[in-house]
Amino acid sequence: MSWVAQTLNSTLGRKLVVALTGLFLCTFLIVHASGNTLLFRGDGGQAFNEYTKFMTHNPFIKTVSYLLYTSILVHVVYTAILTFYNQKARPVEYAYSKPSANSTWASRNMGFLGTILLIFIVIHMKTFWYEMHFGNVPIVSYEGQEYKDLYAVVKWAFSQWWYAVFYVISMVALSFHLVHGFRSGFQTLGANHPKYNPLLSKLSWAFGIIIPAVFASMPVVVFLQSL
Amino acid sequence: MKLKLRIWRQKDANSKGKLVDYDVDVNSHMSFLEMLDELNEQLVEKGEEPVAFDHDCREGICGTCNLYINGRPHGPVRTTTCQLHMRHFNEGETIVIEPFRAKSFPIVKDLIIDRSSFDRIVQAGGYISVNTGSARDANETLIPKPIADEAFNSAACIACGACVAACKNASAMLFVGAQISKFALLPQGKAERKTRAEKMVAQMDAEGFGACSNIGACSAECPKEISMANIARMNREYFGAKLTSTNL
Ligand code: HEM
Ligand code: SF4
Ligand code: FES
Repeated sequence: MSWVAQTLNSTLGRKLVVALTGLFLCTFLIVHASGNTLLFRGDGGQAFNEYTKFMTHNPFIKTVSYLLYTSILVHVVYTAILTFYNQKARPVEYAYSKPSANSTWASRNMGFLGTILLIFIVIHMKTFWYEMHFGNVPIVSYEGQEYKDLYAVVKWAFSQWWYAVFYVISMVALSFHLVHGFRSGFQTLGANHPKYNPLLSKLSWAFGIIIPAVFASMPVVVFLQSL
Repeated sequence: MKLKLRIWRQKDANSKGKLVDYDVDVNSHMSFLEMLDELNEQLVEKGEEPVAFDHDCREGICGTCNLYINGRPHGPVRTTTCQLHMRHFNEGETIVIEPFRAKSFPIVKDLIIDRSSFDRIVQAGGYISVNTGSARDANETLIPKPIADEAFNSAACIACGACVAACKNASAMLFVGAQISKFALLPQGKAERKTRAEKMVAQMDAEGFGACSNIGACSAECPKEISMANIARMNREYFGAKLTSTNL
C-alpha cells in the first residue's frame, strides 16, 4: 500500500477525512442558510428566485457544488466504515453500563443523528434540487428576464404540515450533530489549545443552535403564512 | 454494610460467562478489593471457586485492578479500583461487577482480562534509542519546567485500560496519545519522533481498537486525568509524520 492509502485506511486517517468533509459541509451550511433567508424578503419571491438562478448557473458555484455532493458521499461512506469497525471493537456489550456519567448523548449518537440527516438530504434534494433541475417548475419573469419560480415550490412544500414538521425534526437532529461535530472536527484536526478551547466550545454551541434555528424558521414561517 | 453483588463469572476464554448474585456483609472502610477478598474467603470456606480478579500494587500505581463497576470503569469515583472504598456505596445497594470489555482485551477468566495489546503498542515505538547517560547527565539537557510538567502529566498513564473500557468504540487513543506525547514533548524523544507516531498508531489499529469519536468518556474516567489534548497531539504527530517522514 502506498503511504497515502495507508494513511487514509488508518483509524486516524479515516477520522481526518470525516473531519475535513464535515467541516467543509459546515461552511456550506453558512452560505445555504444565509442565502435562503431571502425567502423572508416579502417581495413575492423575486430576490429568492434571482438568487437560485445565480446559484445554479454561476460556473464557480457549480464547481463548488460538485465538491459538496462528493463531500456528503465521502462523509457518509467514511462514517459508515468507522461505525462498522467501532462496533466490531467491542463484540460483547456490557450487561450494565452508565455512559451518561461520562459523555453527552449527542456525542454517542452521531451515527443515528447522521442517518436522520441522510434521509433528510435525500428527501430535500428530491423536493427542491431535482425539481429545479429536472422537474416542472413554473416560470416567472422579472423585468423581461425568465426565472424558475422555486419560491412557489418552497411555499407549496412547506404549506403541508407533515413536511414542515419533518423539517423541524431534522433540524433538531442537525443541531445535535453540529454541537458535537463542530468541536469534534477541530479536535480531530489537532486543535486543542488552552487559549482557544473555550472559544471553540462556545462557537460549537452557537453554530449548532443558530444555523439549524435559521433553517427551521423557514418551514415554520411559511407554514404559518399559508394558514 | 449489606450488599448484593452481581459478578461476571466465566470459566475461561472460550466459555460463555454469566452474571452470578452474591450477598455480602462488609465494613464500609474496606477498599473494593478487600471487599472482594472477603467474598472469596467465604466462597473458599463453602468449597466454591473464588472470583478471579486482577490486582498488584493496591496503591493506585500499577493499573492492574481493572473492574467495570456499576456501569463505569473503576466504579463511581475517578480512581483505580484498589483506591475505591465501600463508603461510596449505599447500604443494601446492588453492585454489578464486570470485566473491561473490548475485542483487544480478551477475557482470561471471570474478571481478568489480557491487556498485552497495550504492551505490543508500547513495544512498537514506546522507547528511545539514544543513550541518555547516567542520572547526573540528565541535568545537562535543559528542559523548561512547563514542558517537563506536560510530559510528566502524559507519563502518568498507568496503562489501566479504563479509557478503552469507557469508550463506546473501545478506542485506545487516550492511552496511545499519552504514550506518544510523553516522548514527543522531550528532546530525548525527538530521534524516533515520526517513526514512533506511525508505528504506535499502526499497532493500535492492528490490535483492533476502535477509532475516536471525541466523546471524551476516556478522559472523564481516567484515574490519572490524562487530557484530550493528548489525542489532539497524537493526531498532529501522526499526520505530520505521515506527510514528512521518510518511511515509505
Ligand atoms: C449537513 C450535513 C452534515 C454536517 C455539516 C456534518 C458535520 C460533521 C462533523 C463536523 C463531524 C465531526 C467530525 C469529527 O469528529 O472529526 C461529523 C461527524 C459524523 N457525522 Fe456528520 N455531518 C453531516 C451529515 C452527516 C450524514 C448525512 C451522516 C450519515 C449518515 C453523518 C454521520 C456522521 C457520523 C457517524 C459522525 C461521527 C464520526 C465518528 O465516529 O467520529 N453526518 N459530522
Ligand atoms: S490514559 Fe488513563 S485510563 Fe487510559 S490507560 Fe492511561 S491511565 Fe488508564
Ligand atoms: S492494584 Fe495497582 S493500581 Fe490498583
